[in-house]
Amino acid sequence: MKRHALLAWLMTLLPLAACATQAEQIKAGYAWIRLLPADLPAGGYVLLNNQGTSNAILVSAQSGTYGSVMLHQSSTDTRGSDTMRMLDHLTIPAHGQVALVPASYHLMLQQAKHPLKPGDKVDITLNFADGSHLQIPFLVRPANATD
Amino acid sequence: MKLSRFARLVCLLIAGIMLAACQRHDEAAPWQLTDISGHMPDLSFRLTDDQGKAVTAADYHGKVTLLYFGYTHCPDVCPLTLAHLHVVMQRLGNLADGARILFVSVDPSRDTPEALHAYANAFDPRVVGLTGAPSDIESLTKRYRAAFSREPDKSGGSYDVSHSSGIYIFDANGHARLLATPEDSQDKLIHDLHLLLSPGGAT
Repeated sequence: MKRHALLAWLMTLLPLAACATQAEQIKAGYAWIRLLPADLPAGGYVLLNNQGTSNAILVSAQSGTYGSVMLHQSSTDTRGSDTMRMLDHLTIPAHGQVALVPASYHLMLQQAKHPLKPGDKVDITLNFADGSHLQIPFLVRPANATD
Repeated sequence: MKLSRFARLVCLLIAGIMLAACQRHDEAAPWQLTDISGHMPDLSFRLTDDQGKAVTAADYHGKVTLLYFGYTHCPDVCPLTLAHLHVVMQRLGNLADGARILFVSVDPSRDTPEALHAYANAFDPRVVGLTGAPSDIESLTKRYRAAFSREPDKSGGSYDVSHSSGIYIFDANGHARLLATPEDSQDKLIHDLHLLLSPGGAT
């Protein structure tokens, strides 16, 4: 009876250990937005560190400040032409890091709901494949900011 | 005695050859960016600047110009390039007054002079936004073999434009001199622009 109780207790723990959500595995750092004048689309950047033992799959993002947040990738083709493409997901490997940085992966932020200025903080929520969410404060920086 | 005079002559000759070799070496490689002198035509265009004024290449005579094609609805690569050029201008100090960054829009339907004005000023006072008739922009991009194309429309009627990422650098006389890519370091740009901008420099 006592052993049964212990077993039952252990069994409730097991799924908990295995089910750290994808969002919980991610440590975000250096989150910032390059602010452009008027209502031009802006780039959002962040370093995503997966400290978990399984992949985390970023599937979308949203923000109360922007009407549209899209996951994009910039690349240069063989002719030296710059293109952007939309991604439907981005995998952050277990114990790995994915950098959303200029000229690479980034969030394309459109339709700001109110004017922003450098120094502001904007919350953006990342949505993962398992339905978990991670809200990250992004620092608004001027157009000509460099790393 | 005779032999030693001969030896001296040989020494002089060798020294002369070495000096000439040194000089030739210096002349061959003063640039750190790609030298396009004689391979690209002189700067020539007829566009509208971000103040709404009709301008041609002659308006920038006397300035070292950096020609870059882009568009304002480009949130990632264009701002990165312009932000880097801003740092380059800052590091050049007073010399930068002799330079202009010509940001030519490949998206003239959305990039009005007013939109370009706010955009250019957000980066550096030496950035000039240029737009114009699609045919005039196309002839300029073709002149420098800089391809661009409008990508299919996305939801909400927005669209992206693929464009060449090269920065074409012209001397104060409008001659094409150098080509930089976004991968080239700020140090390389500063080194070569310093040469082009210095009084009595490589003009």
